[in-house]
Amino acid sequence: MSEAPSREAPGREAPMATVWLGGCSGCHMSFMDLDERLLALAERVELGASPLSDFKDFPPADITLVEGAVANEDNLEVLRRVRARSKVLIAFGDCAVTGNVTAMRNLFAVEDVLDRAYRQSATVIAGLPLGGDGVVPRLLPRVRPIHEVVQVDHFLQGCPPDADRIFDLVLALLEGRTPEIARRFG
Amino acid sequence: MARRLLIDPVSRIEGHAKVTIELDDDGTVRDARFHVTEFRGFEKLCEGRPFEEMPGLMARVCGICPVSHILASSKAGDQLLGVDVPPAAVAQRRLANYAQLLQSHALSFFHLSGPDLLLGFDADPATRHIFGLAATEPDFARRGIRLRQFGQRLIELLGGRRVHPPWSAPGGVNQPFSAAARDEARGWLPEAYQTLELARSRFRPLLDGFREEVDHLGDFPSLFLGTVSADGELEYYDGDIRIVDGEGNVVADGLSPQRYATYLGEASESWTFIKNPFYKPMGYPSGMYRVGPLARLNVAATAGTPRADRELRELRHHAGDAAGTVCASFHYHWARLIEMVHAVERIEELLDDAVLLGTTIRAKAMLNHREGIGVSEAPRGTLFHHYRVDENGCIVTANLLIATAQNNLAMNQAVKQTAQRFVRGHTPAEGMLNRVEHAIRCYDPCLSCSTHALGQMPLVLELRDRQGGLLERIARD
Ligand code: SF4
Repeated sequence: MSEAPSREAPGREAPMATVWLGGCSGCHMSFMDLDERLLALAERVELGASPLSDFKDFPPADITLVEGAVANEDNLEVLRRVRARSKVLIAFGDCAVTGNVTAMRNLFAVEDVLDRAYRQSATVIAGLPLGGDGVVPRLLPRVRPIHEVVQVDHFLQGCPPDADRIFDLVLALLEGRTPEIARRFG
Repeated sequence: MARRLLIDPVSRIEGHAKVTIELDDDGTVRDARFHVTEFRGFEKLCEGRPFEEMPGLMARVCGICPVSHILASSKAGDQLLGVDVPPAAVAQRRLANYAQLLQSHALSFFHLSGPDLLLGFDADPATRHIFGLAATEPDFARRGIRLRQFGQRLIELLGGRRVHPPWSAPGGVNQPFSAAARDEARGWLPEAYQTLELARSRFRPLLDGFREEVDHLGDFPSLFLGTVSADGELEYYDGDIRIVDGEGNVVADGLSPQRYATYLGEASESWTFIKNPFYKPMGYPSGMYRVGPLARLNVAATAGTPRADRELRELRHHAGDAAGTVCASFHYHWARLIEMVHAVERIEELLDDAVLLGTTIRAKAMLNHREGIGVSEAPRGTLFHHYRVDENGCIVTANLLIATAQNNLAMNQAVKQTAQRFVRGHTPAEGMLNRVEHAIRCYDPCLSCSTHALGQMPLVLELRDRQGGLLERIARD
């Protein structure tokens, strides 16, 4: 791998990034379900920050798909940085769009949720992950959909959205068209 | 002055994690830790909801292995109903479990770890990913993508969609499998075998160049836990649990998964959202055990299918001790390759079995029991779902013991060993840190899963300090 990275190869467009906040990764799996269309996409657009790549920071991106809701302090910080460095930001899947399953814990106090997991159901308690040590993030009292925190350009519903709709959306954005996103319910 | 290095986030893994490395003044590594930084609280949010909802809800614990959660959840539901599941439904569930194993392992091997293995640990991080791999090894990458596609497509043929299929439920499954779907699935088999053969022939020679990594990315003895059939073969849907030690001695055998709470415990720590399961008779943390591909191959006598058994003998011969037990974390990759071969062989068998097309697919009953425990082998190891319900069938407590969590103590040990071997100085080269991350990738952890887990309601709580000294002991009845 001594040659320069091929990011400036002709025909390539600006980077696309994917972010995973409080979700199950199912939306990312649906993205992987593009299968061989991934290779076609890779010829057109450079992969920036993503759970699939090794960027530790978030290089500026033209198109960013954000999976998951905002559940902890890290999510909040990451989302703000990602918004500042993304031209087009997409709420990718129901957790990002509405909070969905991740927000179901909002029915309970965060202390009770933690207590259930780490006190009531442990055999040995050597410590409790309450966060705030600079490594483990503190949970937010309420899980929020991403549009409550930053401005969102497009909403792609689904739990997860199916691969065809992901492909149509990304392709439209790459071609500079206004995407038509079919809404779905449930 | 002593310093702390932070790897944030650990990348090319499934979930949110960080690594901290404590350095002494002279830049040598004193300690290293793997921190899981996500938590969604499924154990709480399912309370009060009907058990019939659980397969659909619990699927959302994890988008990578939703089928595993759907199966364990359905099996717990079968027990609440107290029914025998029709053979056609069992065949469908087994088929889906192998499809899940195949797609998940393919993702780990080709998409996530493949870039390190084929491009190198020190390759340019900007292109050290599946698309970078596709640029230099297009055939390999395309085949890996298509192998995962086969697993996902088979799940779709069974359940109507690829991620979170609304298909298996307490009592069985909700649609028969058609001959047309079976024929389509059969059509994928030759390519799957071919791809795995190619992956094997590409991977094996690489091992010579990775001697350092094999020996130092987490090579240590531990207990291994997995499910085996009555004949001691690999088993993923039914069967009992066997535990062996790092030298292959059987520590416990014929353990009923239903009684997991009597021999497995979990410890909470302040520095990670993942809990640490341990083998109770040996205490915490000495009762560290490993699960998943390598553990299953270590506990099973044989795979039970010809191609996988040939490969298993190779693995034991080249990487095992006298008893054939393999302790190096790096060999989880090889174990994953063998399990993929085995999964394809089992898929072929199931597709050839007429039972699969049966149309009696669901046993119906009212709620008959208040407690159900469903267990299956997920791609990353043994998965337990344990529900208690009220008289209306609504969840009172739901306990999940997740595969990945059971490797947490071992992942921490692997991270520390790798850091101590490869990381030097206060500004280590990127490739050094990538090796530390790779020690984690060997286990293919699934962290969205692992932090929604909960253990059984304990009878005794022990509060311990960092050295393991007992601070407080609270007994419940
Ligand atoms: S929307 Fe559904 S698939 Fe996507 S992260 Fe949330 S639970 Fe998972």
